[in-house]
Amino acid sequence: MSDQGQQHPISIYFWIWGLLFVLSAASYMVDYLQFQGYLRWSLIIIFMMLKAGLIVAIFMHMMWERMALIYAILVPPLVIIVLVGLMAGEADYTFLTRLEFFTDWVFDSPG
Amino acid sequence: MAESLALTPGIKGIVEDWSSDQRAFKNVPWGKAMMWIFLLSDTFIFSIFLVSYMTVRMSTTAPWPNSSEVFALTLFGNHIPLILIAIMTFVLITSSGTMAMAVKFGYEKKKVPTFWLLMVTAFFGATFVGMQAFEWTKLIVDEGVRPWGNPMGAPQFGAAFFMITGFHGTHVSFGVLFLIITAIKVRRGDLDKETPGFMTGRPNRYEIVETMGLYWHFVDLVWVFIFAFFYLW
Repeated sequence: MSDQGQQHPISIYFWIWGLLFVLSAASYMVDYLQFQGYLRWSLIIIFMMLKAGLIVAIFMHMMWERMALIYAILVPPLVIIVLVGLMAGEADYTFLTRLEFFTDWVFDSPG
Repeated sequence: MAESLALTPGIKGIVEDWSSDQRAFKNVPWGKAMMWIFLLSDTFIFSIFLVSYMTVRMSTTAPWPNSSEVFALTLFGNHIPLILIAIMTFVLITSSGTMAMAVKFGYEKKKVPTFWLLMVTAFFGATFVGMQAFEWTKLIVDEGVRPWGNPMGAPQFGAAFFMITGFHGTHVSFGVLFLIITAIKVRRGDLDKETPGFMTGRPNRYEIVETMGLYWHFVDLVWVFIFAFFYLW
C-alpha cells in the first residue's frame, strides 16, 4: 500500500495553504489598489501561475509522480496557446470589421 | 510491489514506463490515472470557455463592464470592490487545504479525521455555491444582467459570465455531492473492509480519497484561472 499512496508531513500542506492565501490576497490587492495596464496584467499572470503551480505540484502531488504521468498530463494543454493565438487574430479582425461597418456602436473608447 | 525497486528515474524513465508491459503509469492506481486523464479533458473544456471569452471581449466595440464595480458589495457601510469574489476565493482555497489533509489522514487510515475533513471540505464547497447563487441573484434581479445584454456595457458579458461561472459552479456542486458520498464510505468503514463499490463492484480503497482530492483541487485550480481572467483582468 505505502508505495502506492502519497505520504507527506502535514506541515507542507499548511505551508502551501498559507502561501495560497498570501498569493490570493496579493492578486486581490492588484484590483484594490487599481493597478492598470501592463503592471496589472503581468501581476495577475504571475500570481495566477504561482497559485496554479502550487496546487498542481503539492496539493495534487504532481511533483512526486513519475515523469511519464507528469508529461502526459502537463504537455497537452500547451497546445491551447496555439488556439489563443488563432482566436486573438480572429478577434482582432472582427473588431476592426465592426469598427468599419458599425461605427455607431462605438462608445467613447473602443475595447 | 517489486516493480517500484527497478523503476528508472527522470527522462529515461518516461521511455521505460511507456515501453513497458501492462501499464504506462507506474506507482499510480488506475483510478487515479483515469481521474488525471478526465481532468486533462476538463482542462480543455474550461480553456475553450476562457478562450471564447477572450475572443468576444477583444472583438466587442462596446466597453466591457468593470468587474471591480459589478462585483462590489457594501459591507458595514463600506463600499468594497470585488469583495464577494475575494471571499469566495478564500473559501475555496480553505476547502482545498482541508481536502489535502483529508487525503493525508486517509492514507494513514485514520477514519475520524478523514471523515470530518471531508465533511468540512464539503461544507466550504456548499458555502461557495451558496455565495455564487447570491452573486447570480444579485446580477440577474438587481442589475438586469442577461446572457444577451446588460445595462453596464458589452452584451457578451452576461453570456461569458453565466457560461463560465455556471459550469464551474456545477463542478463544485457535483464535487460536494461526491465529497459527502466519500465521507460516508470512510465513516462506514467501506475503505477498511474493501467492500465492493455500488456501481463498479470493485473493492473500496483509501485511494478513492486521493482521487476525490484530485477532482476537488482541480475545481480550485480552475477558479484560479477564472478569478484571474474574468474577475481581475
